[in-house]
Amino acid sequence: MLKDKVLEALQTVKDPEIDSISIIELGMLEELDITPEGVSIKLLPTFMGCPALEIIRKNVITAVSQVEEAENITVQFIFHPPWTSDRVTKIGRERLKEFGIAPPPRHIAETGEWEADCPYCGSTYTTLENLFGPTACRSILYCKSCKNPFEAMKPVSTLM
Amino acid sequence: MTHTLVDALKDECYHNSAIELLFQLADDDFILSYRGSEWLGLAPHIEEDVAFSSISQDTMGHAAMFYQLLQDLGAGDADELAHVRSAGERKNAVLLEKVNGLGTYLAEPHYDWAFAVVRNYFYAQAKKIKIESLKNSSYQPLAEAAVKVSMELYYHLLHWKTWFTQLMDAGGEARTRMESAIKIVLDDLDGLFSLGNSGPELTKHSLIDSEDTLRAAWVNRMSPVFESVNFNIPEKFGMKNGNGRNGEHTVDLKSALDILGEVYNLDPAASW
Repeated sequence: MLKDKVLEALQTVKDPEIDSISIIELGMLEELDITPEGVSIKLLPTFMGCPALEIIRKNVITAVSQVEEAENITVQFIFHPPWTSDRVTKIGRERLKEFGIAPPPRHIAETGEWEADCPYCGSTYTTLENLFGPTACRSILYCKSCKNPFEAMKPVSTLM
Repeated sequence: MTHTLVDALKDECYHNSAIELLFQLADDDFILSYRGSEWLGLAPHIEEDVAFSSISQDTMGHAAMFYQLLQDLGAGDADELAHVRSAGERKNAVLLEKVNGLGTYLAEPHYDWAFAVVRNYFYAQAKKIKIESLKNSSYQPLAEAAVKVSMELYYHLLHWKTWFTQLMDAGGEARTRMESAIKIVLDDLDGLFSLGNSGPELTKHSLIDSEDTLRAAWVNRMSPVFESVNFNIPEKFGMKNGNGRNGEHTVDLKSALDILGEVYNLDPAASW
């Protein structure tokens, strides 16, 4: 099926700044519509000001163009529904760790706190150094167990 | 009543009001993120440099989204709206266009960190109030955008509130400088809540709450913070340097736009 082939192609498009994870695993794909007019892809930006969006758009078009029957490919960024960090898939969470980035922290409902495990040693004995990191979607943390600084995906939810 | 893009395009009066409000929102974020970017490399420490530039990047992203909504409504190309409009056409609040302090980015930038903290904190809270209101806006694309902006703004507000309370509680020179900065910001604070001459129209169309409601919500949210740092805010805020919503601006905006648009205007057709 054409749809499966397009999805396969989309799976090869990685986050330009975290090349272990695909845009599907990041939870960015909202809609894939295949009609006689062409292939329409709707993606959710993680953060509105993300400078990688245009690169992702270009990479998606390049990847999907490889699929023989795919024609008239359009890529649109939409913000409804909003991307939230719980959209990162289970496999995606593992891929982030491979890159040395902790997946989005878990929200502990009872205390209102967030908990992020160290991607290197797995310890929960971590502290937040800076909410803001090298890119809009990441924070900087420190592991008190293995004494490594690391980054984590910033938690984003509609509760905020 | 909820309006989609298609509905808005059919109703001229509503259409004009939606455009008016979007220009205010877009221009506010656009100019403040520019002022924020001028702090790059100059913030008090490296962690703050990382944080402040990230906040400015988010804020520019919000401006870009509002300009995109304007483009969807037929107001013009988003990039042109951001770069080419003259100072007189801008709708941002005057408070947000003011220079960061003495000097310029390239020569002797003696910027005022107290002013940066106060301006950004007071603005982030005012923006949060507006965004909460916009979640219920009659213009559906704007209501949806507000949900997205709100999630990012949460971190901005947390950040500036931390700076504000810590510097206010520090006493000594920090307290003195913070109090002078508050005075300067309060002199033009009302411009943030103003919806300009078209304010009543915007509220009539249920695009956003009224100025009075927005201002009261801000005071309500800020009062416990001021109380915690032993500071009394005056009953009334000013609009000393004019109402930006009606196109009144200072020379600071003109010089900022000249620098901002310098590269773009060299070759407007270039693809970046």
